[in-house]
Amino acid sequence: MRTMAETLADYPFFAGLDDEAMALVAGCATNVHLAADEFLFREGEPAERFFLVRQGRVALELHAPGQGRVVLDTADDGDVVGWSWLVPPYRWFTDARAVVPTSATAIDGACLRGKCDQDPVLGYQLLQRVAVVMYARLQAARVRMLDLYAAPGGSRV
Amino acid sequence: MPNQSTGTEAVLDLPGLQALVDALAATHTVIGPQVSDGAIVLGPLARVDQLPVGMGDDQDAGSYRLRERTDRAVFGYAASAVPAKRWVFPPREPMSRTHDDGTTVSVEPVLARPQRPVALFGVRSCDLAALAVHDRALLARPVPDPWYAQRRAGLFIVVAACTTPARSCFCVSMGTGPAPGAGFDLSLTELVEGEHRFLVTSGSPAGEQLLARLPTRAADTVDRSAADAALRQAAESMTRAMPTDGLAALLLGQPEHPAWAEVAQRCLACGNCTLACPTCFCTSIVETAELGSPVSERARVWDSCFTADFSHMHGGSVRTGISARYRQWMTHKLGAWVEQFGVSGCVGCGRCITWCPVGIDITEQARALARPAGQEPRERKP
Amino acid sequence: MSESAQEASADLDALVATGLAGLVPRPFRVDRSRRETADTVTLTLAPVTGGSLEFAAGQFTMLGVPGVGEVPISISGDPTWPDALQHTVRDVGGVSHAIASARAGDVLTVRGPFGTGWGVGDGEGGDVLIVAGGIGLAPLRPALLELLAHRHRYRTVTLLYGARTPQDILFAEELAGWRGRFDLEVELSVDYAPPSWRGRVGLVTALIASVAPEQTLALVCGPEVMMRFVTTELLHRGVPAGQIRLSMERAMSCGVGLCGHCQLRELFVCLDGPVFRADRVLGLMAVEEL
Repeated sequence: MRTMAETLADYPFFAGLDDEAMALVAGCATNVHLAADEFLFREGEPAERFFLVRQGRVALELHAPGQGRVVLDTADDGDVVGWSWLVPPYRWFTDARAVVPTSATAIDGACLRGKCDQDPVLGYQLLQRVAVVMYARLQAARVRMLDLYAAPGGSRV
Repeated sequence: MPNQSTGTEAVLDLPGLQALVDALAATHTVIGPQVSDGAIVLGPLARVDQLPVGMGDDQDAGSYRLRERTDRAVFGYAASAVPAKRWVFPPREPMSRTHDDGTTVSVEPVLARPQRPVALFGVRSCDLAALAVHDRALLARPVPDPWYAQRRAGLFIVVAACTTPARSCFCVSMGTGPAPGAGFDLSLTELVEGEHRFLVTSGSPAGEQLLARLPTRAADTVDRSAADAALRQAAESMTRAMPTDGLAALLLGQPEHPAWAEVAQRCLACGNCTLACPTCFCTSIVETAELGSPVSERARVWDSCFTADFSHMHGGSVRTGISARYRQWMTHKLGAWVEQFGVSGCVGCGRCITWCPVGIDITEQARALARPAGQEPRERKP
Repeated sequence: MSESAQEASADLDALVATGLAGLVPRPFRVDRSRRETADTVTLTLAPVTGGSLEFAAGQFTMLGVPGVGEVPISISGDPTWPDALQHTVRDVGGVSHAIASARAGDVLTVRGPFGTGWGVGDGEGGDVLIVAGGIGLAPLRPALLELLAHRHRYRTVTLLYGARTPQDILFAEELAGWRGRFDLEVELSVDYAPPSWRGRVGLVTALIASVAPEQTLALVCGPEVMMRFVTTELLHRGVPAGQIRLSMERAMSCGVGLCGHCQLRELFVCLDGPVFRADRVLGLMAVEEL
């Protein structure tokens, strides 16, 4: 059986963290397994955790009258899901649904926030990593806003 | 191979000039300068008295006026209002015809095959330089323009050295005049002091052969020094100049210089400059089909980079703004052209300056690019 | 005629013949039209007379409808089997609508092939990464087919494909076949999807996994913004700009560098491109309205 610290070390997200920091993070982590179509979280719920996808696929979705459910983004092996745990009011902005049977590592956000408050060096290292993920997702969202593959002059959807 | 020397000099008088036109007319369609609609244009020419005898021109930014000279010179003016390019590169050139009767489709090329080759008579050094530019842009290419090739092959060129440049001219700074460079069959330098005569020089075997059949007298040192003096005086009287030093780098390296936005406030994007330019070669292929006819025709027509449509792809134009289109034209002409064809696309004829309805001066635009952003030119005294 | 006149005349004949071969089209008959998506079809053409069109992956033709006009369209068929000339055409304008509406038996006109190819063979002995966005998969299909025809000459071959929605995926059946191969890595992602979509949603750059930068030849085609974004990501991962190739698009009328429409500063996209090394065009792509 692998230790949680070993499991965490496989995620690119944590690459470069020292053993002490990994041990702190591992103290807040649990492994979860989801069946296909099971939700990790729902829009509006308190955001107490975030997830790293070990194997599987998670879709971030919103539903809108007339449009049904729309998939905003997907997270695959190694990807991070959720940063609402880090930003007030700590509530999920979207739904997160396992598209296929998915195993993931859940990190207790409230626990980690507390540790980061006590240890600003750890906090900075984690925030740097979250910033990279957020930046990539924001960039991708901006480019997708251009709807580059749309027919010229055509309407979206 | 017979010894076909060139560079023979001789002197023609006015009847001799007519003899030259007659000799050319026997085998060619002679195209030469003449007054039409208040301007000197090029058209079919049979007699020397059709030339603009005693006429001169005043050309400057956005301005063209004919004026009477005090002498009887026949070449006493600068660049013709219309460049010579249409005679080798017409505004509309049919390319192919497609016959589609519903069961079979065939495509036939349309060849230029002019019935008689053209002789350009009395064109200027800038026009000659422009032809050399077109040869590079249209002939020395992986796929050459076959219609240009056909029209160009039979072309006979009688160039008239420029002794009366206009204020719009800047060929000296472009190295293209006023004395003609290579590429002509015969060159004429008009001398009006004393006896009205023309120093004629052969520039090709064909020119040499024709010259031998003309009623000439030998050129003497008086003729030669008079011609030299006339050309020197013409060069010295040229007031405009293109600041060519480092110009390509200034153009290519400053796509966001404020001068582009500034000129766009005046430029109407009318495309006059591209039509008047002797080297602009951009075209579009247009397709025409007649109702009820099984034949459709593809033709190449002159186009201009000043239209929004010119850069249109599915979805929209690449160059939506006039500043981008002016930048494309000028950067191509004086910058990218050199990389593409090894020679500048500008021959200093000044037509784009004369025929710009708002008087945009390409030499002034070049100077604007040399100024650091934000530095305005000094106001010109009226 | 003198000797020099004969020479000049022979030169002229050669010039004219070369010119006409490039500028006068040949009629091709539509053998088959296969609908790819709501607005895109793949046409298979055969010459009405004369031989088939040999081409390099990445080249394009000027494809026309008699009496309507012509547009530049990438060849999407198999370069190792040129008997079937294939174009994948999206109905986005007057001429492309007429082309996309063509049915079996109709006759279209073809000039070309024109332009530079992908130079797939330059990747021999190394990894080849293909990144396609939208209709950009069409000019990359010949590259992939050429790679598969000589699969043993390459190490890994990867296709990353971004489409707008699951309905906009081109060559869907063939993609399914490619995904089933063990010697080919295929990942695709869409921008918009309903929950029934089991695949990935997101930008194509997110599909770029680990690369061996020095050994990778990257072939990229899609909208210019997408190509800039992909190039930035590949450079960030250490792929040299000289090993990234992009297929550019500009307005074209002649296809042979005579009409001037496709100029990108000193480049004629039809002649110097459409496939360029990224280091040749990155700076030019950065200039607005060039």
